[in-house]
Amino acid sequence: MSYRRLHAVFIKELHHITRDGLSLGMALAVPVMMLLLYGYALSLDVDRVPTLIYDQDGTEASRELVRQFQGSKYFDVRGFADGYGPIERGIDRNDILMGVVIPRNYSRNVSEGRDAAVQILLDGSDSNTASIVLGYAQTVTRDYSVDLRSSMMNKRGGEHSAPPVDARLRVWYNSSLESKNYVVPGLIAVILQIIAALLTSLTIAREWEMGTMEQLLSTPLRPTEIVLGKMMAYFLVGLMDSLVALLVGLFVFGVPLRGSVLLLAVSICVFMFGALCWGIFISATAKSQLLAYQMGLLSSFLPAFLLSGFVYAIETMPPVIQAITYIVPARYVVTIMKGIFLKGVGLSVLWGQLAFLALYAVLVFFRATRKMNQKLV
Amino acid sequence: MNGNGKALHWAVEIDEMVKTFGQFVAVDHVSLSVPKGEIFGFLGPNGAGKSTTIRMLCGLLTPTSGRGSVNGFDVATEPEEIRRSIGYMSQKFSLYDDLTVEENIDFFTGIYGVPRAQRPARKDYVLGMAGLAERRGALTRTLAGGWKQRLALGCAILHDPPVLFLDEPTSGVDPIARSNFWSLIRDLARTGHTIFVSTHYMDEAEYCSRLALMYRGKVIALGTPAELKRGLTEHSLLQLESEQPLETMCALEGLEGVRDVAVFGGGLHVTVDGAEQTSARIRAKLAAAGIAVHRLEQIEPSMEDVFVAMIETEERKTGRKAS
Repeated sequence: MSYRRLHAVFIKELHHITRDGLSLGMALAVPVMMLLLYGYALSLDVDRVPTLIYDQDGTEASRELVRQFQGSKYFDVRGFADGYGPIERGIDRNDILMGVVIPRNYSRNVSEGRDAAVQILLDGSDSNTASIVLGYAQTVTRDYSVDLRSSMMNKRGGEHSAPPVDARLRVWYNSSLESKNYVVPGLIAVILQIIAALLTSLTIAREWEMGTMEQLLSTPLRPTEIVLGKMMAYFLVGLMDSLVALLVGLFVFGVPLRGSVLLLAVSICVFMFGALCWGIFISATAKSQLLAYQMGLLSSFLPAFLLSGFVYAIETMPPVIQAITYIVPARYVVTIMKGIFLKGVGLSVLWGQLAFLALYAVLVFFRATRKMNQKLV
Repeated sequence: MNGNGKALHWAVEIDEMVKTFGQFVAVDHVSLSVPKGEIFGFLGPNGAGKSTTIRMLCGLLTPTSGRGSVNGFDVATEPEEIRRSIGYMSQKFSLYDDLTVEENIDFFTGIYGVPRAQRPARKDYVLGMAGLAERRGALTRTLAGGWKQRLALGCAILHDPPVLFLDEPTSGVDPIARSNFWSLIRDLARTGHTIFVSTHYMDEAEYCSRLALMYRGKVIALGTPAELKRGLTEHSLLQLESEQPLETMCALEGLEGVRDVAVFGGGLHVTVDGAEQTSARIRAKLAAAGIAVHRLEQIEPSMEDVFVAMIETEERKTGRKAS
C-alpha cells in the first residue's frame, strides 16, 4: 500500500463530492428529514385518548368519576352520550377510541361497599393501543373507587384503611416513559446505516459505467487503495451526517445524553467504517449505479429498520428471526446508542457490541477489496 | 526497465496467445513481437480482437492460453510490474469529466507514483503537449474532443512509461486533431517509447513502422506498410475509369487474368495477373463491348486495397476449409 496513491484517490473523491453540490446537500439534508419524520411519526406514546362518557347514574359520585377522566392527561373527554348508540357510531367512525358507561347504581354500590363496576368499551382493532388504554382506564377507576371507599369509611367509622397492596413503581432510564427517548437514539443509528450505504453504493459502479475503472486497473493502483481512499472521503461526509443527526436528537427532540461522548464518537466511527465499506462492496458487485442504489437501499433499510430492535423489540420475535438479528450490524449499533444515551453505560457493558461492529467492518472491508481485485470480464 | 536485467530488444512479445469468452474465440493463436521504439499498428474491423489483445497485454484480462510479455514481464504472472511500465489509453474516454484538467493530471501523477520532485516538470510537459496550459482550471467536460484525447494521452504518459498501449485513440476526433495526435505519437517514438496503437482508419496505418492486420481473432498479415503492399505484387492493381462502370464490371467478369473488380471512388480497382498482357486484354474486351476507356493504368495499392485483398484471401481460405 502506498500513501501517495491513497492520498491521490482521497483527494480525487473529495473533488467529486464537493463538485456535486446537489448530492452533497441531499446527503446532509436527508438524514435530518428522515429523523424529523420518523421521530415524530413513530411516537409510541398513548395519550389524549378520545373518549365518550355515558353516565346513567348522574350522581355526585359518578360526576366526580367523570372529572377524574377529564383531569387525566391520558384522556380527552369529547362529550357525553345518552345511550350506547353514539358510542358505537363514534368507535365505528374512528372519532373515539373508548367509551365509558357508568351504570345506574354506581353511587349506591360504592357507598354500600358492593362491587362498583364501570363498563369500558374499547376499539380493539389496534390491540397494543387498546391494552395500554385499558390499563390507564383501570387505574383511573380503581384509584377513584379506593379513594371514595376509604373516605366514606373514614366518615362512617373514623378508622383509616389503606389499600391492601401499594406498589410503588420506579421506572429507570426513561423515567417519564416518553417513547421519543427510546426511539430517537435507535433511529439515529438506523438512519446513519442507510445513508452510509447509499453514500458509497454509487462510487465504484459509476467508475465502471464511465469506463474509468478500466483505466484505474491498468495503473499501479491497488484495490485496497481504491477502497480505502474512497472510504476516507465519504467518511468525512458520514461524520458530518452523524454530527447533524446527533444535534437534532439532542436539541430538537431533547433526548438526554447520559453516557460518554467519547465512547459515542468511537462507536459511530467504527460503525460508519463498516457501513461505508458495505456500500462499496455492493457497488463493486453491481457495477451499475441503478442496481447498486437499489441493493444498497434494500440491504441496509430493511434489516436496520425491522431487525435492529430500535422499535420492534427483538425479545418478542420468533426464535428464527431472533437468530437472524445477530448478524444485523444495526442491532449492535442500536444497543450501543440506547445504552450510551439512556443508560449512560460504558465500555464495560458495550464492549461486545463494539467488538462485533469492528469485526464486521474489517470483514466487509476485505470482502470489498477482494471484489475489486478482479480483472475485466 | 526490464525483468531480468539484460537489455531487451523486444518491448512486446506475444506467443500463441488465445482468449475465449465462452464459445467465442476473441483472439485466436496470435503471435507477434514489437521491438523497442517502434510504432506498431494494429489494424482491423471492429470486433476483430484488437482491444482484447491490448487488454491482455495491459494485464486487464488473463489469456486463456499462450504467453505474452511486455518489457520482459509476463502478462499472466507479473501484472504489477507491467502496470508500472505501461501507459494505457482505452477506447472509451477515461478521465474524470467533473474534475479540472489540472486535477486529472494531479490524480494520475499520484496513482502512477511520480516522485514529488518531478511532478511540476511532468505536469508542465503534459499541459504543453496537450496545448492546455491556458485552460488548466477548466472542467474536463467542457473540452472539445481533440483536447480531451490529448489530455488522456498526457495522463497516460505522466510516469514516462517505456511502452504505450493506445486503443483506437483517434476514434471520433476530427481530421486535424487526428493529425496533431499522430505527430505527438511520432514525437514519443522518437524519444524511445514503444507505441502499440490500434485503429480502423487505414490512412493512419501509413504512420506506423509496422502493422498487423487482425481479422476474426487472427493476425492475417504482419509487416511494414511497404512490405504489406509488396505482398500484393504477385497481383497488380489497375485503376480503370470508363464510361459505364457497371457494364464494365460485367464485361470483365471471367476475363482471363482478372482476379477481382471492385468499385473504388469514381472508378474501378481491378486486381490482375500480369499487368501488361491483361491491360491489353481489357482494352480489347471493352472496345469490343463499345465501352469507352478514359484511363487504365497500374497503380500503387493503398493500405485499404491491401486490407480488402487480405480479408478476401482469408475468407476464401476459411470458406474452402468449411466446405
